[in-house]
Amino acid sequence: MRFAFTDDQVAFRDAVRDLLAKECPPEVVRAAWPEGEVPGGAKPGEGARADADRLDAVWRALADMGVLGIAVAEEHGGLGMDELNWVLIAEETGYAALPHPFVETVCVAAPLLGRADLADGSATATVQPGRDEPVPWASADVLLAIDRDAWTLTVHDEWEADAVASVDGARQLASVRASGGEEVGGAALAFDRGALGTAAQLVGLGRRMLDLTVAYVVERKQFGVQIGSFQAVKHHLADAALDLTFAAPAVHRAAWSLATASPDASRDVSMAKAMASDAAHRAGRAALQCHGAIGYTVEYDLHLYVERAAALSRAWGTAAWHRGRVGRALEI
Amino acid sequence: MDLEWSSDERRFRDEARTWLEAHLAEWKAGHDGDLSGDTRDGFARHLVWEQMLFADRWAVVSWPEAFGGRDASLWEWLIFEEEYYRAGAPQRVTQNGIFLLAPTVFEFGTPEQQAHILPRMAAADDQWCQGWSEPNAGSDLASLTSRARRVDGGWVLDGQKTWTTRGAFCTHLFGLFRTDPESERHKGLTYLLVALDTPGVTVRGFGRLDGDEGFAEVFFDEAFLPDDALPGGVVLGGEGQGWSVAMATTSSERGLTLRSPGRFMAATARLIELYRSAPDDPLLRDRVTRAWMKAEAYRLQTLQTVTGTVEGRPAGAETSLVKIWWSELDVELHEVALDLLGADAEATGPWSKGWQFSLSGPIYAGTNEIQRNIAAERLLGLPRR
Ligand SMILES: Cc1cc2nc3c(=O)[nH]c(=O)nc-3n(C[C@H](O)[C@H](O)[C@H](O)COP(=O)(O)OP(=O)(O)OC[C@H]3O[C@@H](n4cnc5c(N)ncnc54)[C@H](O)[C@@H]3O)c2cc1C
Repeated sequence: MRFAFTDDQVAFRDAVRDLLAKECPPEVVRAAWPEGEVPGGAKPGEGARADADRLDAVWRALADMGVLGIAVAEEHGGLGMDELNWVLIAEETGYAALPHPFVETVCVAAPLLGRADLADGSATATVQPGRDEPVPWASADVLLAIDRDAWTLTVHDEWEADAVASVDGARQLASVRASGGEEVGGAALAFDRGALGTAAQLVGLGRRMLDLTVAYVVERKQFGVQIGSFQAVKHHLADAALDLTFAAPAVHRAAWSLATASPDASRDVSMAKAMASDAAHRAGRAALQCHGAIGYTVEYDLHLYVERAAALSRAWGTAAWHRGRVGRALEI
Repeated sequence: MDLEWSSDERRFRDEARTWLEAHLAEWKAGHDGDLSGDTRDGFARHLVWEQMLFADRWAVVSWPEAFGGRDASLWEWLIFEEEYYRAGAPQRVTQNGIFLLAPTVFEFGTPEQQAHILPRMAAADDQWCQGWSEPNAGSDLASLTSRARRVDGGWVLDGQKTWTTRGAFCTHLFGLFRTDPESERHKGLTYLLVALDTPGVTVRGFGRLDGDEGFAEVFFDEAFLPDDALPGGVVLGGEGQGWSVAMATTSSERGLTLRSPGRFMAATARLIELYRSAPDDPLLRDRVTRAWMKAEAYRLQTLQTVTGTVEGRPAGAETSLVKIWWSELDVELHEVALDLLGADAEATGPWSKGWQFSLSGPIYAGTNEIQRNIAAERLLGLPRR
C-alpha cells in the first residue's frame, strides 16, 4: 500500500507548473477570449488577439517538454505513460485554466489514435462527450464524438461547427454537425479518461480560486482590518479547502484504477468527477463571495477561473449524472 | 502508487475477521439485544468484551507487545479497524484511554509510568476518562480554573470538570489543572493523572441527548492527590507543561485514531443494505451515494495521510479538516438512514441511536467552528484576530 506519487511524477508536475506559471498567466487565458461583445465575456477590445502569439507558444512549450505526447505510445513518438503520470499535470492545466484542448487531445485522443501529430503539437483534437452536447475548442483538427448511451465513438476529420457563445469565452464552444466518420472501439475508456482529466482540472481550478482569494483577503482591508481576519470569510475558505482536500484523493485513486484497469475504474472516475465538480463549484462560490464586487468584473482575473470551473463541472457528465453511475455500481 | 494490500496484510485481515466473528457471537450471546456502553450495566458488559480483546491481544494492536499489543503497523491498525466495524463489534468504552491518553503517555510518560499505566489500560483494569472541559471552559479550554496546589508529598485539587464521557463508570481521569495560581491562559497548567476514588473527588453522572448516563460532572473538593498515587508519579510531562502535553492529545482526537474510516465504511455499507430494503426513490438513492462517496473519500484521504506518516511526512493542520469531514459525514449518513426509515425512524433503534450520537460529533473533540478557524489560520495562513 502506498498512496502517493513517485518523485519523478512529482518532479514532472512541478516542471509543468513552473512552465505554466510563466507561459500561461491570466493575460494569456484572456487572449483566447473572442474580441469583445460576447455576452458575459471579455470587455470590448479585450479579447487581446495581440497576445495570440503567446497563446500558441504555451502549447508549443508543452509539446517541447514532451507533455502533449505523454500518453502516446513510444512508437508513435510519445512517452507511453499511463493516467497516473498525467493526472497531476492535468491538475496544473486546470490551475492555469490553460486555453487549449489538453484533456481532449492529450488524455483522450492521443492514446486512442496514437497519432504522432497529436503528440508533437502540430494537430489538436476535441471531443463531444455526449450526443448533441456542445463541443469546445472548435478549431481542432479531429473530432471524437462519443455517444454515452450506446457507448460508441466516431472519429471525424471533417465537420461543421456553429459558434456558440460560452460563459467561458476561452473554450471556443460550438454546436457541431458531422456525418460519416470512422467508428472505433474504446468509447467507454475514452470517456473515462476525459472525465478523469476534467476532474483533475477542476481540482486545479478550485485550488487556483482558493489561492487567489487567500491572497486577496490578506491584502484587502475593511473596518480597519484585513478581511481575512473575519471569521465568516475564514469559514467560507476553510469549507472550500475541505472539499478540495477530499476530492483530490478521489481523483488520484481514479487515475490508479484506470492505470491498473481495475474493474471499478468507471465507478471511481465517476466518484472523482462528481466530487471534483462539487468542490470546484463550492470553491468558486466562496471565492466570489469573499472578493465582493471586484470578483464580479471582467477586468479582474477571478472570472476566468470561475467560468472555466462552471463549464467543466457540467461537461463530461454533471455531478448528478456521475453519482447516478456510482449508485448503479453500488447496486442501489 | 500501489493501492493493493500485501499478502501479509491480507493474512492479518483474515485473522482479525475470523477472531472477531467467533468472539463477537460469544459475547453477544451473553446479553439481550443491543447494549449501550454508556449505561452502568452496559459499560460493565463492554468491559467483558474489552477483556476478551485483550486476552487475545486485539485490544491495542498497534502497541508494543510488552504493553499488550502486537506491534502492528499503522496499515494493519487501519485494517483492524475496518474489520472491527464491519463485524458489527461494539463501541470501545476504553477509547479515551487507548486513543487519547495512551499516545500522550507514549510521548511524554516516564518508563515507569508507561510500564504501569499502559498494560492496565489495555486490559481495561483501569478505565480512563478525559477531564478537560469545565462549565466555563469549553472551546476556550485555556480559561480553565480547576486548581492543583502544591503541598508536601502531593497536590491538593479544587474545582470542577464537566461533560466527562463515561466519568461515572471509569476509575481514572486525565485532566488539566492550573498549578501556577499567578498564571494565565496556556501557561502554568499541569497534566495530572487522578484516581476517581481519591477522597474529595465526587462524580455525578447525567444523561446525554439519548438518555444514557454518558456524561459526568467531576467535583474536586480539597482532594489530596499523593505524588506516589501512581508508580512514576501523577504528573504527565512535567509541571507547567500541561498545555503542550494536552495539545499532543488533540491531534489524535481530531485525526484518524479516534474515528478511523472503518467505522464510516461499515455504516455506509449498512446504509446501502437499508436502501435496498426500502422502495426505490431517486432522491434518497442520490443521498445514499453521496454518503458512500464521502466515506470512501475519507478512506482514501487516510491512506494518503498514513503513507505520509510512514514516509516521514506527518499530517499538520489538515487534521482539522479531517475532523470536520468525518463528523459531518456521520450526521449526514444517519439522516439519510432516518429518511429511509420514514415514520418508523421515531422508534428507538440502532439508526436513531446512532443519529443521536452523530449529532455530538461536530461539538466534541473541538467544535467544527474551532476546526474551521484552525484550518483557515494554520493551513491557509489567514490572519488571527
Ligand atoms: C458527546 C460529548 C462528549 C464529550 N466528552 C468530553 C470528555 O470526555 N471530556 C471533556 O473534557 N470534554 C468533553 N466534551 C466537551 C467538549 O469538549 C466541549 O463541548 C467542546 O469543547 C465545546 O465546548 P462547550 O460545550 O462549552 O461549547 P462552547 O465553547 O460554549 O461553544 C458553543 C458554540 O459557540 C461556538 N464557539 C465558541 N467559541 C468560538 C470561536 N472562537 N469561534 C467560533 N465559534 C465559537 C462553538 O463552536 C459552539 O458552536 C464532550 C462533549 C460532547 C458533546
